[in-house]
Amino acid sequence: MVPALAALPLAGLLLFYAWPLGTLLARVLRPASVSDVLGSPGLGRVLWFTAWQALVSTAATLAIGFAPAYVLARYRFPGRRLTLAIVTVPFMLPTVVVGAAFLALLPDRLHDTAFAVVIAHVFFNVAVMVRLVGAMWAVIPTDLTAAARTLGASPVQVLRHVVLPLMRPALWAAASVVFLFTFTSFGVVKLLGGPANTTLEVEIARRATTLGDIDGAAVLSVLQVVVLGAVVWWSARWQRRAATAFAGGRTQRRARSRSERRWVPAVVVFTLAAMLAPIGAMVARSFRPGDRWSLTAWRTLGADEIRPGISLGVDPLASLLVSLRYAMVAMVISAVVGGLAALAIGAARRHGRLLDVGLMLPLGTSAVTIGLGMLITFDTDPVDWRAEWWLVPLGHALVAIPFVVRSVVPVLRAIPADQRAAATTLGASPLRAWYEVEVRRTWRPLAAGAGFAAAISLGEFGATTFLTRAGRDSMPIAIDHLLGRTGDVPRAQAFALAVVLFALTSAIIAVADREEVLDARGS
Amino acid sequence: MNRWIAVTMTATAVAMTGLVSCGSDGGSAAGPVNLTLVAYDSFPKEGTPLNDALDAFAADTGIAVDVVTAGDTGTMVSKAVLTAGNPEGDVMWGVDNTLLSAAQDGEIFEGDPTQVDFGDVCVNYDIDWFVDNGIEPPSTLDDLTRPEYANLLVVQDPSTSSPGLAFLLATVAKYGDDGWQQYWTDLTANGVTVVDSWETAYYEQFSGAGGSAGTKPLVVSYASSPPAEVVFADPPVDTAPTGVANATCFRQLEYAGVLRGTDHPDAAAQLVQFLASEPFQKELPLTLFVYPVDPNVVLPEVFTKFAAVPTDPFTMESDRIDANRRQWQEQWAEIVQR
Repeated sequence: MVPALAALPLAGLLLFYAWPLGTLLARVLRPASVSDVLGSPGLGRVLWFTAWQALVSTAATLAIGFAPAYVLARYRFPGRRLTLAIVTVPFMLPTVVVGAAFLALLPDRLHDTAFAVVIAHVFFNVAVMVRLVGAMWAVIPTDLTAAARTLGASPVQVLRHVVLPLMRPALWAAASVVFLFTFTSFGVVKLLGGPANTTLEVEIARRATTLGDIDGAAVLSVLQVVVLGAVVWWSARWQRRAATAFAGGRTQRRARSRSERRWVPAVVVFTLAAMLAPIGAMVARSFRPGDRWSLTAWRTLGADEIRPGISLGVDPLASLLVSLRYAMVAMVISAVVGGLAALAIGAARRHGRLLDVGLMLPLGTSAVTIGLGMLITFDTDPVDWRAEWWLVPLGHALVAIPFVVRSVVPVLRAIPADQRAAATTLGASPLRAWYEVEVRRTWRPLAAGAGFAAAISLGEFGATTFLTRAGRDSMPIAIDHLLGRTGDVPRAQAFALAVVLFALTSAIIAVADREEVLDARGS
Repeated sequence: MNRWIAVTMTATAVAMTGLVSCGSDGGSAAGPVNLTLVAYDSFPKEGTPLNDALDAFAADTGIAVDVVTAGDTGTMVSKAVLTAGNPEGDVMWGVDNTLLSAAQDGEIFEGDPTQVDFGDVCVNYDIDWFVDNGIEPPSTLDDLTRPEYANLLVVQDPSTSSPGLAFLLATVAKYGDDGWQQYWTDLTANGVTVVDSWETAYYEQFSGAGGSAGTKPLVVSYASSPPAEVVFADPPVDTAPTGVANATCFRQLEYAGVLRGTDHPDAAAQLVQFLASEPFQKELPLTLFVYPVDPNVVLPEVFTKFAAVPTDPFTMESDRIDANRRQWQEQWAEIVQR
């Protein structure tokens, strides 16, 4: 069963990740460039900054995201779904836009500092905490904590001795994803870190695109994959070892006690305020092309011409459709491949880790390297695919699959082994038992993971820009295109388009979450 | 219900494998020729007068042109070098003189590419700021190191930004191989601000852009930025809010050429010829904000009114740029970032 489940994910990984990467390395990697790059004087500084900002960002995200993750997983309150959507949205907006809004909000003396980078990373990645840790939290039975409380444990003791140990796999999963994201951070570091603070990813892109030094970029890319592969391997071990099994059930309730009624809304309000501030700045900018308020940007957003004879070549409606199409395809691929992979990892117990770590690797590989690898691999029949439109959503799926896997696997691992034995004893065939006990339980985290995948695709910018594209551009690319022009109106239009993207992604997330909630109630 | 989802999932998986295995459709049509024009990201793919001109070309010649974009100019050239001989398209638009030599070393073109446009990278100034403060705006590179312009200038990192590189090249052209380092030491001492990209410099730091919260009245941008400020101003304005320091400019030339390995070399050559001809060239100023290479093309009024073409911009041989770019970028980083 495991080989059957793992076949498609494994084939996809080999075909669309390992093969292009291997081709590129075989083509450009020379011993001389390896020693040249590894011996270059600035490398130590870049590695050091990359590693410590990632560690600090991860720790800060875990600490700050804890409260919102808990509240959103455990409490029912009006507007919960909307809050969940809004918390997720920054994650999928293009960094260029949120980064620009962030720049406007941060005081001047924080510009170009590592602190600004960490703050922005927390802002972007709280979504990972809420999604991955929240998915786990939502299945920890309430009677467990209630029992501990009855036996006299204080809420802090319950957290420390009951909840945290159970949460550990999900916490490790979230931490490794956030670490990967911040380690490979590109847009945020470029925009907010200033020229002195450079990550490995920025250095790779710089070498490949502005210096024409593709072999140098490839060497650094390998270095990054090796470092991150080791980290992921190590953390995957912890996720397994710490996994605890228990049965699911309904876990959300309203805030009841007086203190709950005070701090639950406080957490929600604070989280919303922090998330919406940069988005508010974004909205404001769309209504302020020049020095005063105006609707021009919105009015001319879909117009053929901004002034007689002048058009920008950006069609918001067409971009919207392009983005939606990419998102749909990326979501289907991620859900199918990620779902199968998660079941395989869950069933394989020991060797699952290999697939798990393998699927994480694309997340830690520089988008430039994958893009260039695909370019020179898929260039002759029968694999002359480099001009195919679906290569873009496929690239998005490569990045999104680990999220689907991370959403599903912890839930699978939490299923007690004896449940399947019980089902078999009661007369179910092994396949039936597996289906009833494990597969059925993956729908809910799978829906959440798929929604997340669609969101990632909607906002994806880095990989997309390295692939050659025909026809209309997706929304993030169109936004970037507008941001890069001189003049009030294109600038404000970029923010208007970003507001549209924000509204759209919030809606999609809200719908995906509704499915999740309905399913949870039905089962 | 859930069983159906499982069935759908499996079906989709199978369908996807099918999609992957029979994805490409060959597309070598006889009859009218379809060409692919590879360009940098800011080249519009549909819906502008430039694209209308290409449609007119297709109607006249039977040569249809699809535009594909391949990243910024640096990315585009890197990709072209990797795929030299088996290119992604038939014609490439927009290799500039800072990358031309690298492109030619990579043997991406069939024959020599043709120059199609030019533009200048210059220090722009916020007119109002200098009026309000009773200071003359600077006009030369030397001016920028003088005390009255201390802490006023924002530039881009030459290793991440193309105008940033052009400005560095202007200083190398002016002060020579052994003199530019001292110039940048002085500029650093005079409080120059460095950012990663043109966007950040122009919209976050520069005070002259509409609606900007920036405080620096001097920025490295383009000679065509003032007319763009007029064209896209809201509400409409009669005069440009920004001006150009004429003796700080570096000239960027852009080229188009037939990509080596094309299946349609004749049609591709015809397209390159068209790109350099009047019907296409006259649409360049208001679409890409660059100057047509053909001096007979009539410029739009905003360009003649608000954009002065610098009379004596700095220039540099493409070979020299290519041979030294990396070393200069590294030296620059040491000077500016200490």
